Amino acid sequence: MRIIEGEEIYKLVKKLIEDANFDLPLSILNALKRAKEEEENPNAKIVLDILIKNAEIAKEKRIPICQDCGMVIIFLEKGEEVCIKGPLEEYLKKAVREAYLENFLRSSVVKDPLLRENTNDNTPPIIHWEIMPGDKIKISVMIKGFGSENASTVKMLNPTLEKEEIVREVINHVKEYGPNACPPLIIGLGIGGTMEKAIYLSKKAIFRDLYERNKKPHLRELEEEILDKVNSLNIGPGGLGGKTTALDVRIEDYPTHIAGLPLAINLQCCAIRFKEIEI
Amino acid sequence: MRKIELPLKEDDILSLKVGEWVELSGPCYSARDSAHKRIFEALEKGERLPINLKGSTIYYMGPTPTPPGRVIGSCGPTTSKRMDPFTPRFLSFGVKGFIGKGKRGKEVREAIEKFKGIYFVTIGGAGAYLSEKIKDMKLVAYEDLGPEAIYYLELYRFPVMVAIDSYGEDFFNK
Ligand code: SF4
Repeated sequence: MRIIEGEEIYKLVKKLIEDANFDLPLSILNALKRAKEEEENPNAKIVLDILIKNAEIAKEKRIPICQDCGMVIIFLEKGEEVCIKGPLEEYLKKAVREAYLENFLRSSVVKDPLLRENTNDNTPPIIHWEIMPGDKIKISVMIKGFGSENASTVKMLNPTLEKEEIVREVINHVKEYGPNACPPLIIGLGIGGTMEKAIYLSKKAIFRDLYERNKKPHLRELEEEILDKVNSLNIGPGGLGGKTTALDVRIEDYPTHIAGLPLAINLQCCAIRFKEIEI
Repeated sequence: MRKIELPLKEDDILSLKVGEWVELSGPCYSARDSAHKRIFEALEKGERLPINLKGSTIYYMGPTPTPPGRVIGSCGPTTSKRMDPFTPRFLSFGVKGFIGKGKRGKEVREAIEKFKGIYFVTIGGAGAYLSEKIKDMKLVAYEDLGPEAIYYLELYRFPVMVAIDSYGEDFFNK
């Protein structure tokens, strides 16, 4: 059995949180540059130009990409043959606390959803566990702002729905909630499973490489169709018009019940902040 | 882009049309959800306000903490819609300009037209870029609210687009 010290996980997670807040993934930055070249809408060009400069300033001067430094979501995929010496939850909290306080990141978490007193260090994070074969651990960190979190949803659809109706559900949702979710978006769709499984899949879809399509041909087609349709809505960057409403659409699926068709729609805003590492 | 000085002058407001991009320079105040609630409560009770609303411009924004050697941290707009219930009242007390992101409700559009105000949008997710467009920042009131406190801000060539003009024309509702 391989043993990993919690201390080591804490250091890695802290670094991932810091990098995510200041450093837009290169593939995304390049996609913004390409979109700027391809856009004809003058508003879209202005917004994309500013978003590109924003990423450069954030990285160079260490100013957070967005003032909403979000809630921290940590996905841990742990191999069956590796053991972590805890208390892990405490180590993860410490990583968040130190990353936020030492780097002048905004604390946006409140202790109680109704009493709403700020925890002042952005703890606690949201932690998800998965078990996988082997002796590795994969740690993925996502910083999620609430402008786009509030624009996400899950729908429990009728299992007899035609494919076209699923497309329509997504398009109508993006039409209503996309403009306020700081586009260009990445749209993560979780289809199947149970309610929470669909949501989980829609979140994990954000980690997929840009333009990497689902392996199943019918889902791949669905991804492409939705991307096309979303980009003809003329929502555009910043919601000010143009054809770059979404950079990508990703579908993750799971077996489901004969009576159900859960569909989770996760809108990821242009402040795409995630980092991952496998040890 | 055309350059506009704050505080907003009536001539400028009347000449600005929906969809136009301008650069704003001059003083404004930041205020978001909790600060709105407190100002509103003070107005209801007839108490003295910490800021002079007359002729002012309000930016819906809560910055990250200011790092050493900088004027302000990351400081992009938050969603304006959540401030809708307060906006008509603010206009009636003389606030002229609002800066935020996203569409507004019908009541806001009508109140902007009635009181000859203006609503600008700037770019969500561009907080680092916009931090370079603010030349001064001072805490004014409600320090206990942290990022939601009211700050005095001196904008310098801060890019915005007119989303609702003083004639009630609405970019998001064409
Ligand atoms: S939705 Fe995203 S880009 Fe927009 S303000 Fe929130 S975190 Fe920032």
